[in-house]
Amino acid sequence: MAQMNMIQALNSAMDVAMGRDPNVVILGQDVGFFGGVFRCTDGLQRKYGEHRVLDTPIAEGGIIGAALGMGVNGLRPVAEVQFADYVYPAYDQIVSELARLRYRSAGDFHAPVTVRMPCGGGIRGGQTHSQSPEVLFAHVCGLKVAIPSNPYDAKGLLIGAIEDDDPVILLEPKRLYNGPFDGDPNKPAVSWAAHPKGEVPVEHYTVPFGRAEIVRPGTQLTIIAYGTMVHVAAAAAQAMGFDAEIIDVRSIVPLDVDTLCNSVCKTGRCVIAHEATRFAGFGAELAATVMENCFWNLEAPIQRVAGWDTPYPHAFEWEYFPGQTRVSLALKAVMEPV
Amino acid sequence: MPTGSRLHVPEPPARPGQPPDFSYLQLSPAGALSRPETGASWRELGNLAFGLIRVLDDSHRAVGPWDPHIAPETLRLGLRHMLLTRLFDDRMVRHQRQGKLSFYMKCTGEEAVSVAAGMALESGDMLFPAYRNQGLQVVRGRRLVDLMCQLLSNTGDMCRGRQLPVMYHSAPARLFSISGNLATQLPQAVGWAMAAAIKGEEHIAATWTGEGSSAEADFHYALLFASVYRAPVLINVVNNQWAISTFQGTAGGEQNSFAARGPAYGLPGLRVDGNDFLAVYAATRWAADRARNGGGATVVELVTYRAGAHSTSDDPARYRPRDEPEHWPLGDPIERLKQHLMGIGEWSEARHQELNAELDAQVSAEWKEALTFGTMSEGPRLDRDLMFEDVFKELPEHLRRQRELLRAELAGLP
Repeated sequence: MAQMNMIQALNSAMDVAMGRDPNVVILGQDVGFFGGVFRCTDGLQRKYGEHRVLDTPIAEGGIIGAALGMGVNGLRPVAEVQFADYVYPAYDQIVSELARLRYRSAGDFHAPVTVRMPCGGGIRGGQTHSQSPEVLFAHVCGLKVAIPSNPYDAKGLLIGAIEDDDPVILLEPKRLYNGPFDGDPNKPAVSWAAHPKGEVPVEHYTVPFGRAEIVRPGTQLTIIAYGTMVHVAAAAAQAMGFDAEIIDVRSIVPLDVDTLCNSVCKTGRCVIAHEATRFAGFGAELAATVMENCFWNLEAPIQRVAGWDTPYPHAFEWEYFPGQTRVSLALKAVMEPV
Repeated sequence: MPTGSRLHVPEPPARPGQPPDFSYLQLSPAGALSRPETGASWRELGNLAFGLIRVLDDSHRAVGPWDPHIAPETLRLGLRHMLLTRLFDDRMVRHQRQGKLSFYMKCTGEEAVSVAAGMALESGDMLFPAYRNQGLQVVRGRRLVDLMCQLLSNTGDMCRGRQLPVMYHSAPARLFSISGNLATQLPQAVGWAMAAAIKGEEHIAATWTGEGSSAEADFHYALLFASVYRAPVLINVVNNQWAISTFQGTAGGEQNSFAARGPAYGLPGLRVDGNDFLAVYAATRWAADRARNGGGATVVELVTYRAGAHSTSDDPARYRPRDEPEHWPLGDPIERLKQHLMGIGEWSEARHQELNAELDAQVSAEWKEALTFGTMSEGPRLDRDLMFEDVFKELPEHLRRQRELLRAELAGLP
């Protein structure tokens, strides 16, 4: 075991995967010599050579298109999109090609591509460096989608993604790269050193797709969250003094319906929290799933906590961000007697 | 007079009711362009991206430095492949009109583009076709019955009923899955070629797109990546003059050739008579040799003409003169190769009729065989459960549930 932040854990995942399989290659903007703008691929080109860690032109559609072709020719590409906000030029290659290749060719062709992208706000990124577009990928059949909330899961999910024969979208909440974040920007930054999930095995392991994690068992209500909001929600529940069962979804597709719904059926109350915009956000799918499976156990209407349905404004970052107050209001609402 | 900028909207030289006019086409006499060594720098290629590489002259003789000097039996095989492609196309359009197929796209007039290029490449090379490259399927030895089963979405369909007609693929024949989203195959072919270079393999990739689809960003990504990484790939632009109703000027062909986009990215550009079997073969071989020897990618523009409709859902009489195909100055690829072979004493009208009858009978026989695998309205049908497979490698729980729901739905209301 070693202490790692999320950047080091992701780096370790790629290092382990590249060491085990010579077909694993990395491509993206600034990922080679420089090691990535967030340093996630630091040192990998030096270690594995410039044929396996490729600096690319600024062309996301070209990166994903080329990665797909490489995948068809036997490689396991890990493509980095520098910010999730930049993925849209590659959307056609992801949606119409990467996600559909196995289906349209009846399994005769596939491309085991992993697409990594830093997502989420809280870093003064404004509307073009803060988005959380997970639902745009969740809605596409043929993609696996995951969002880690800590270094341990980040490494295990990324190794699993690289070894998976299906295409995987890994969204990395960049506010969590250097430490857990409870939603209060005025507190001093905390590192992963003191957090149990900052303890990361140096060797190979995977975190399976399709499995949510009960981060904290509880009895009064269930909070379903992922990414940064796992930490914000936990802090809010603690501050409010509720005995909340907190579930980290981790894997958006496939979704661990059983873990989510067993919990809500037990507690009878449910708050769903994500950073992405609310309208038609992934929370809507989660709420519908909970309603279909737990309707007769629900004691109160399901509450959704999300970003406002506006672009992420630079000047009002913390008014936009679904912080502890917004979560607490939802907790209060769901706990009120009907 | 007002001065200042004025929006220019390209217009084709002729619309329905007007006399066809191909005077915009830059033509070079056969044999006029030089053939540089395959190792030459793109800067030393002179007029190749703007002139027209032609081998067959107006009397159907092979002339000039691009003559690939192919053995007559190879030429006869090319003629056979092109003729089979055309007969197959004609029959499938007829069956679409009879309601046997939902949709079809023929390549009439463009057969040499696929057949000559396919024959000039090696069997280990990976091909990323567009939707009008059926000649590649024929060259690579795909049985027509396999293609027909795909068109019928029947139990013999390689796509298991998931793709529109003509979106074929074959892993063993190294023919990539055709996409209905245009030009996406271009950066994919470049990536495939990059992987071949990373792994130190000698195989190259080749891909095709129409001049219309060259407007997509994917085309530009492909040229850029091919140039940056010197990927061993051929990027073919089939300039058949029409993208449904918009002429090649709308795709940017009015101001410059499509081949000229190669030099803009530091790649050779070859502008080739796409209806001249020998020229297409020679240009493909030149670019393939170059790629195989570490020289990287080449952009090949194949100047041809879409003699038929875009698809069975299209009526070209609504946007171009009805008699325009007859005025196309570069003739018909099958007729030109036939005349060439006859001119060198290696073919005859009688043999041609014999071949035509043989291939026509082959199309009939294979169609009959394809029907035994089912049609859209009768015979065996694909298992509906297959709908849920291959979305992922393993069937996930939510699709297992949905498969059960469909089964229940098909059982009807209780």
